Amino acid sequence: MKASLLTRRRAPGRLDWTDIVSYAYLALGVVMMFGPVLWLALSSFKTPAALIEFPPSFLPAAQRVVTVEGYAQPLELYRVRQPDGSVKEMAQIRRVGLQAQMVDPAAPAAAPVRVPIEAREPLREIAFAWSNYTEPLKAFSFGRFFANSLFVTVVATLITLLINSMAAYALSIYEFRGKTAALTMVIGTLMIPITIILAPVYLVVSAIGLNNSLWAVILPGAATPTGVFLLRQYMLTLPRDLIEAARMDHASEWRIYARIVMPLAAPALAVLAIFSIMWRWNEFLWPLAVLTRSEVYTLQIGLNAFQGELQTQWHYLLAMTVMTLLPVALVFVFLQRFITTGIANTGMK
Amino acid sequence: MSSTQAPTQAAPKPAREGLGGRVVAAALGLFDAPMAWLQRALGLGAMPYAFLAPNVLFFGVFVFLPIAINLVYAVTGGVNIYPSQRPFVGADHFRALGDCASFLDPATCREDHFWRGVRNTLVFTFFQMIAMVGSALVTALVLNRRIVARGFFRAVFFFPVLLSPVVVALIWKWILQRDGLLNAALVAAGGEKILFLVEPTWAMAWAIFVSVWAHMGFYTLILLAGLQAIPADIYEAAEMDGTPPTRVFWRLTLPLLWPNLVVVLVLVLIRGVQTFDEVFVLTGGGPGTATLMVVQYIYETAFANPVQNFGLAGAASILLGALLFALTMLQLALARGKSKEARA
Amino acid sequence: MKKTGLFALALSLGMAAALGAASAQTTLRMTWYSDGAEGDVMKDLLARFEAKNPDIKVALDQVPFKAINENLPVQLAAGQGPDIARVVDMGGVAQYALDLRPHLKDAAYWEANFGPFLEWMRQPGDTASIPGYMTQLTVTGPLVNKTLFEQAGVPLPGAKATWEDWAKAAKAVADKTKAPYPIAVDRSGHRFYGVAVSMGSTMVGADGKLTPVDEGFKRAAQMIVDWHKSGVMSKELWGSVSGSAYRGANEEFKNAQVPFYLSGSWQIGQFDKTVGDAFDWIAAPTPCGPANCSGMPGGAALVAIKTTKSPKEVARVMEYLASEDVLTEFYARTLFVPGHIGIAKKGVAYQGASKQAAAALKVFGDQVGALAPAAYAIQGNPFSRIVFNAAISRLGQAIAGEGTLDQAYERVAADVAQQVAERLKK
Repeated sequence: MKASLLTRRRAPGRLDWTDIVSYAYLALGVVMMFGPVLWLALSSFKTPAALIEFPPSFLPAAQRVVTVEGYAQPLELYRVRQPDGSVKEMAQIRRVGLQAQMVDPAAPAAAPVRVPIEAREPLREIAFAWSNYTEPLKAFSFGRFFANSLFVTVVATLITLLINSMAAYALSIYEFRGKTAALTMVIGTLMIPITIILAPVYLVVSAIGLNNSLWAVILPGAATPTGVFLLRQYMLTLPRDLIEAARMDHASEWRIYARIVMPLAAPALAVLAIFSIMWRWNEFLWPLAVLTRSEVYTLQIGLNAFQGELQTQWHYLLAMTVMTLLPVALVFVFLQRFITTGIANTGMK
Repeated sequence: MSSTQAPTQAAPKPAREGLGGRVVAAALGLFDAPMAWLQRALGLGAMPYAFLAPNVLFFGVFVFLPIAINLVYAVTGGVNIYPSQRPFVGADHFRALGDCASFLDPATCREDHFWRGVRNTLVFTFFQMIAMVGSALVTALVLNRRIVARGFFRAVFFFPVLLSPVVVALIWKWILQRDGLLNAALVAAGGEKILFLVEPTWAMAWAIFVSVWAHMGFYTLILLAGLQAIPADIYEAAEMDGTPPTRVFWRLTLPLLWPNLVVVLVLVLIRGVQTFDEVFVLTGGGPGTATLMVVQYIYETAFANPVQNFGLAGAASILLGALLFALTMLQLALARGKSKEARA
Repeated sequence: MKKTGLFALALSLGMAAALGAASAQTTLRMTWYSDGAEGDVMKDLLARFEAKNPDIKVALDQVPFKAINENLPVQLAAGQGPDIARVVDMGGVAQYALDLRPHLKDAAYWEANFGPFLEWMRQPGDTASIPGYMTQLTVTGPLVNKTLFEQAGVPLPGAKATWEDWAKAAKAVADKTKAPYPIAVDRSGHRFYGVAVSMGSTMVGADGKLTPVDEGFKRAAQMIVDWHKSGVMSKELWGSVSGSAYRGANEEFKNAQVPFYLSGSWQIGQFDKTVGDAFDWIAAPTPCGPANCSGMPGGAALVAIKTTKSPKEVARVMEYLASEDVLTEFYARTLFVPGHIGIAKKGVAYQGASKQAAAALKVFGDQVGALAPAAYAIQGNPFSRIVFNAAISRLGQAIAGEGTLDQAYERVAADVAQQVAERLKK
């Protein structure tokens, strides 16, 4: 029996080269997919100076300092190459041009020595710059932004699920005049990125008077063509006789939708919910256009306030990015089974 | 697409009645009475329209109305945002976009950035499609094997799908820049630094790579679903016949997977052409204009320039829409031809 | 749908209640972006103002700069703007600005201290209105890594050194110290004009017409392109991103990879913090070209917006913030070059700045007085940002190898003509 990478599963119990290749591929996948995110998380604990150094250190580090008798400020520790070739730990008093004045912390009374700066190498220790997190959290109404983001995400997702599933139900269960037109509309709008109609949508939203309300963020994207498309494709696979039987029992159309079709469509709804949640939580360009008051800012706007005209405070930006990723990571950890099997079950046929 | 379903589709089971299910049922139950009343008042024939109405209303107000306004922008000039206050300029914007000495060379066009954007977008989409489908297929095939901890690995590949495009680009920018992690690794291995984001070919290649990295997981799951729907006995039969594995793959797996592949191809195409923020944050459209995408051109023309030219941007977005439509139709037609061939 | 309605109803009721409680107060909205700590300083100052003026509340809405550049104009055009905003494209926002003059107690103070900058905030033809004040004046100029020069044993060029002198010196330093970027210049049209002015560019011809590509422009462009060819500049800044996207070399400078960095006064605060003890750096006067030794002024202004419902209250806030004591404190805490003539004359005692930062700030402060009249005229030109963007976008392409310099000149002229025509189309 010959198993191949290209066909299906092989019998259990024996490892052959295709298994080894497969596991190597998966191991590479783990490194490739998680590595960069881990790198981001570690970087968010680095000081601004450590963020840009080359070569970058893997773990956040800071220079070790030592308090030396006779000096008010703590001094930075260096490993210094001595003229005789030995290496000694010394504290730096000050640096003038290419020379550093250094003192031996073990013998603070001895006269400071002058050392050329190439001869010293900073001594470092692992240190997490928690201030990257605490400072912006103090300065910004993180709680409020978080609550706004949560409200937008939850309400928008509920509305999307409701109206998209209703439309999908109509488009999959019934035959009616204008159905083809409605379907074409849905597929047609699949292709329009919101980015290119930002200005007209802004005009519409301000004409309705929704500016600076969270509804201005929630409503415009509530009817997603992708959602209708996905749910309809799934509902098409549901057995019709269930619906016919319910009609015989004089159930109203709404009850059929709410009690029979919705529970059956749960996997597809789960997929749409996940996508809606991710999209809403991460949305940036559109909220930036319609929300100008800090009471209604979402997290994405709040954290991007660290991007100025001429400079960006990267250490804050990275830390706040990690903060916004945390809920995503939690959702992922707890729901990953549900998400992935959900997508698999929709079949996307 | 539903016509070529895999032979065995397990009948869907309703979700278990958990707390969530009961809450949803109760919430939807609130509408029971009004909707039943509506059905009595209007009759069964009106119900599809009633179900469709909320979605159509939202579409109308927030998608179709803006598209209509965009059409008005495209034939009017000036910088005013209110259509009524913009002077009519006819096809001026379209003429400006079409003003090219040779359509094969963007440098000869008046709006060269638009045409460079179109060219880059086509290049990006084409290679991204190959890389995306290829890697998603390989990953799906591996995940479809009898491996330990399949759920875990499936999740691993899906994880980046959850990140926002901006975060994805930010992460990779930190890795790819001159003093980034990758160059540190190269130097440590005794190599020279490579300016990944300053050489046009490298920049485009990395833009494609990062896009594949971020979205591959989603397409992998779609393909995996297709693979798992293929019944095992087909393979067993092929094995008994002594069919070589490569032949099994080309003659059995691929044709049976075709409907899922079509979904993947169409989605990758559409999203490829719409690509903007991911690549923009990563490369800024550079070096030069080597990774400037057409959506970036439209966005910048309408917003980022000191003169917010909604007219030119509107005209460009109409051309983009036409391009997308044509590409999708072409692809669907090809897919249909192929699936007929596969069934024959 | 019904659920939506209920939510909306509850929300609007809640908001109405909140508004009712605060109705004795006027709430003003200030849209603000930050490069560094200035947002925090402004918050402090506003809190103090509110304590003294209990009838006014100022809500500080901090946004990314992107929102100022891209979204604020749309909001203003739709009549949805804030009451006060911190802006950079003063000429572009001028048409939406409120004239504070009728509401000010002492308009003469504003004229005397903000005179030359008020012109930047006015529409063409307007010579009287007072739209706001400068939160920050910036001057372009070089920052020099003195330690690298010392290590290489290359003497620093003197006060009247030319661009060529600096290029030669910086190249020599970079060769000896293995610094990858002898000279770095921010990728920004404004910084390009910091070179072009000294080469004699005036942006406006003798006939009064906008002439972006003049001889000075060409001299500057040619020099920068030559620098890229000879390895004095690296493609990584100007050749890396597209369009008018900004790119600075802050990180490279902080990593001691750049002997000579042409940027501006705004860098001082953060270099002071992040370079630390790693090396000595100084600000140098702008190198000389054939025309003069002037850089470009620039900056950000706090501007009152016409659509405000409470112009009187807005004027009171602005008066407080622009008063000499308050503004002195603001500049001192943010390490900004003062955009207030009286304060500039007296000098600012910068808080928490090291000796080398204070010295650098002084060099830039002195440069303000040495700016060429053409530099002020260019910054005040209502179309200057159009020219800046076109220049950097097209020169960037030429440097990346997409076309020649002559083609870039043609493109700059065509881009500017097209955009100016579009803005004037009524």
